[in-house]
Parts: sequence; structure tokens; C-alpha cells
Amino acid sequence: MAFLQPKTKAEHIPFLKKKEPFRTRVKKDFKRNKYIYLMLAPVVAYFAIFQFGPIYGVQIAFKNFTPADGIWGSQWIGFDQFTAFFKSYYFWRLIRNTLLISLYELIFVFPAPILLALLLNEIRNMKFKRVTQTLTYLPHFISLVVVVGLLVDFLSPNGLVNQILHAFGGKQINFLQESGWFRTIYISSEIWQTVGWGSIIYLAAITNVDPQLYEAATIDGAGRFRKIISVTIPSIMPTIIILFILQLGSLMSVGYQKIILMYNPLTYDTADVLSTYVYRKGILDASYSYSAAIGLFDAVINFTILIIANRLARKAGETSLW
Amino acid sequence: MVKKRSIHQGPADITFNITNTIIMLTLIIVTIYPLIYVAFASVSDPAPLLQHRGILWKPFGWTWDAYKRVFANPMIVIGYGNTIFYVVVGTALNMILTILGAYALSRRKVMWSRPIMLGIVFTMFFSGGLVPRYLLVHDLGLLDTRWSLILPSAISAFNLIIMRTSFQGIPLSLEESARIDGANDFTILFRIVLPLSLPVIAVMTLFYAVYHWNSYFDALIFIRDRDLYPLQLVLREILVQNDTNNFTNGALGGDQYRIGETVKYAIIMVATLPILFLYPFLQKYFVKGVLIGSVKE
Repeated sequence: MAFLQPKTKAEHIPFLKKKEPFRTRVKKDFKRNKYIYLMLAPVVAYFAIFQFGPIYGVQIAFKNFTPADGIWGSQWIGFDQFTAFFKSYYFWRLIRNTLLISLYELIFVFPAPILLALLLNEIRNMKFKRVTQTLTYLPHFISLVVVVGLLVDFLSPNGLVNQILHAFGGKQINFLQESGWFRTIYISSEIWQTVGWGSIIYLAAITNVDPQLYEAATIDGAGRFRKIISVTIPSIMPTIIILFILQLGSLMSVGYQKIILMYNPLTYDTADVLSTYVYRKGILDASYSYSAAIGLFDAVINFTILIIANRLARKAGETSLW
Repeated sequence: MVKKRSIHQGPADITFNITNTIIMLTLIIVTIYPLIYVAFASVSDPAPLLQHRGILWKPFGWTWDAYKRVFANPMIVIGYGNTIFYVVVGTALNMILTILGAYALSRRKVMWSRPIMLGIVFTMFFSGGLVPRYLLVHDLGLLDTRWSLILPSAISAFNLIIMRTSFQGIPLSLEESARIDGANDFTILFRIVLPLSLPVIAVMTLFYAVYHWNSYFDALIFIRDRDLYPLQLVLREILVQNDTNNFTNGALGGDQYRIGETVKYAIIMVATLPILFLYPFLQKYFVKGVLIGSVKE
């Protein structure tokens, strides 16, 4: 890959550049771009230490890690941690919970901003449109702790939601203590947090649709609804596909930061996912190798799905991540 | 902007508009009412507030008592101070590194920029995971220090790429004429590229600052010392784990519970207001940031 780069330079004096050995080119490049490399040094150091460091450390998944022996010194044990996890009592529960929450996210959370963007685009009153946008972006900036704090307060046995239910003769529900409610609460609060902010990118895509397409559709007698279906949606399809691939790439990882705040042992039955289990096992119980193995299992599946999804998208159309 | 195509409004059109408006109004209420409720409740008299059932249309009375209790609490004050430190120092480091990296990687004819770029993109899709990250911070001796909340998140690969895309849009001719005048890369970065990139700089600063203000998880796993707690971790104890005992000093029994309730609402306001106040002024920048990111597609 590195050999591709100097070609632009070589255009000036092709016969000389092509003949130069690799080492000379490296030296010249360093001399010419010394300030560039000076700037890059801390950036490369950051990625090497804090991003690739943990990737190096993931080898403890195949080891019996003890803090005394360190990452390198610990004894290799192969796939034992993985098989222990696959046979574990919690394995299927974790897989089921993770996949179900991800699936509900794909079905309910993913399309919500697309729908909102389409509806926002149909608002004729520009002022009303702006106000709606401003207000719906807002939850994106509220911290997770506060969002879950609001949930805890509104959904408590004496909270606002139960007060309203009571007024209509409903029974009191302790929402956050019942595992049957967890997914509903997780997904609907997720929509609340992301729908507005997520719509920005689709609105931008809609703005770029060629107005002539709409004119042609009007001449053909298409109504507004028809135009949304036949013009707008196909036009923003590339954006939808890109974001869908990215979403698929995190199929096996659910937003654990929110779940850790929301769940409790009573709701583990539906709320405990791979990443929250890794947190409990790894950080709270200090089973480092075992939880690193689960984390790696998770990451490898995600990465594989991302690559497959991207390949499929590329085959089906011209849209793909790379 | 798409030109609106208003030719004639048939009955179907009118139904569509009305339905759409109703949906949007519902969405606005659902989005904003929880915050209004919190604002009303935070200044209400605790006793009538707790007897009240259902929707709040206005505050009960008007008292700053809950806010006074919030600011009299040492943990809130410490958390606020720490969070300000993490936001200022963290964002400053984020910006310095992101700008340097984005500039260097946006230049043409740099031999190693492509492999470095590939490495950075790779980290966006694959990471070592939570436990190796924790062990790394532990091995570096950063556990339970302020640096543990600053160094491991010093650059966001996503933000770096957005800024790089933006820098690449600056006309090459400006750079070339400066180079003929003998300018080196630092001069070009500070004299030409940065002054032309103020919007993206503003956006990135805000993205990073909001991240530092709102994040809690790194502190949860890296920080034990309560004197280093950021505000969000203090909030977690109070809001999620329901521990308001430190705020109700001098109150007894039922009063203690009632005051605890309004204190919770006041804390939510105190933690969220800085962002809510800035928000209307900065909104256009936030939106711009998302759009720059989408251009490369």
C-alpha cells in the first residue's frame, strides 16, 4: 500500500523515481515531510498504545492470565476459556438477549429517524419545521445517567406513568423490576434519545434529491405519498444502506453503558447481554481471561458480519463502506 | 434546500398535512415534556408535589430550597469541579491531537499516510474490548488518576476522519503559494488551514466537550477515589441508585423522603442546564458537524 502513495510525485520525473530503491525513497520522504511526521508522532503513539495495545492484550483470551505473570508471561491454554463459555449456563441466555435487543433495534429504532426525516421534509411551514428539529435533537445531548435517572423516576411504582395508569384504572406496575418490561423500555427510550439526531443525515440526503425528479413525478400525476415512496425513498437508499451496514456491524454488541444503569438482578433474565456480562465478569469479578474471551468472541462475530454485509451490499448495488 | 412544490392542495393533501402536524406535535410533547416536568418539580414545594397525581401543568409554589441543598452538597461541588477539569483539559488534548493528525493525514505525497490511515480506520471496527483496555490502563499505572479519563480517549477516530475530510477540501493553490514563500507545515496549518476551518473546529470542540461532560463509564471502571469522581458518577449514585441521604440533613422521616425527591429533580437540572443553555446557539454547528461526516460517502 505504501508503494502506491509516491506515484503522484513520480509524475514529475518518472524515469528517476521508478528506479529509486525503497530505502532511498523512505529517507527522502522523511526528509521532505519531517514536520508531517513530527505531527503524526503523538497521534500514532496514541493509536499504538491505546487502540492497538488492547488488541495486543486480547491474547489473554487464550491464556490463563494472572496479574503477577503479566500479559506476555501468562501460560497459554488455547481455547479453554471459549469452550467454558460455550458450555456455561448463561451462554444461550446471553446470546438470545443480545440478538433480541439488536433485532428490535433494527426493526424499531433504525427506521424511526428515516420516517421522521420523511415527515419533516413534508412540513411546509419552515418555522414549525425548524422548531421541531431543534426540540427533537435535544435528547441526544442529555447524558445517559440523566436519561436513566428520568426512567427510574417516571417508571417507579409511584412515578408519573403509574399515576397516569392509575387514573385510567390500571394496575400499578413496577416497570424496572420486571424482566418482561425491560426490552420495551430499553427500545422506546432508545428511540426517544436518537430519533431526532439520527434524522439529520437523512434530511441532508433528501435535500440532495434532484428537484426534477419530483417535477417529473408531478407531471405523471403522482400525489405526495406516491412521491415519497417512488422518489424520496429510492433517492436516499444509499444513505440508508450505509447506515444499515454499520448497524449490522454492531449486531452482537448492544449499548451496555445504558443497560448497566438500567438493569438489576431481577431483570437479568432479559436484560443481561454479552457486553454487560463481560463487564460483570471482567471488571467486577476480575475473571480477566474468561471475560476477554467472551469480548473477543463478540468482536470477531461483529467484524465478520460487517464484512459480509458490506460485501453483500456491494454485490447488490454500488453502495458499500469500502 | 428543496423548493416546495405547492401547486394545488387537494383534500388528500390537507389530510396529509393535518396528520403530519399532529404526529410532529405529539413527538415534540413526548420529547420535551419530561424535561418540563423535571423543571417544574425542581422548584416545587415538596409536600404538595408528592400528593399530586398525574401531569404537572405548573410548579407548586416556587422555592429554590432543593437547589440550595444541591449546591451545599460537597460531592456535587467536587463532581462539578472535576467534570469542568475533564472537559477543559480533555477537550484541549483532543483538539490538539485531532488537528495535528487530521492535517498530517490530509496532505498528499506522504508515503506512510495510507497505512497509518488504514490502521486508524481498523480501530473503528475492531477493538480489543473492555477487559484488555482496563488491563492496559492498569499496567500504565493510570488507574485512579485523572489521566485515566483523558488519555485513553484522547482521539476519536471518527472525529479525526471528519476533520481530515474537511481539511482536504481546502484549495491546494493556497498551500502551494505559501510553500513558495518558504512556509513549513506548521505555518501552513496555523496560518492557512486553521483560519479557514473555524466551523469544523467549533463542531469538534463541542462534540468532544459534550462527550466529556456526559460520559460516566470510564470513570466507573477506572476511578475509585471519590475526590476524582466526575459529576455523572455522583449523579448515578443519586438518580439511579436512589441515594439522597446526603442532601436531606436536618429533615426527619417523611420530610426527608419528600425533600429527597425535589433534590433529585434539581440535580437533573443542574447537570443538564449547561448544555441546554448552550444548545440553541450551537445547534447549527452540531448539524454542520454531522453533515461534514456524511460528505465522504
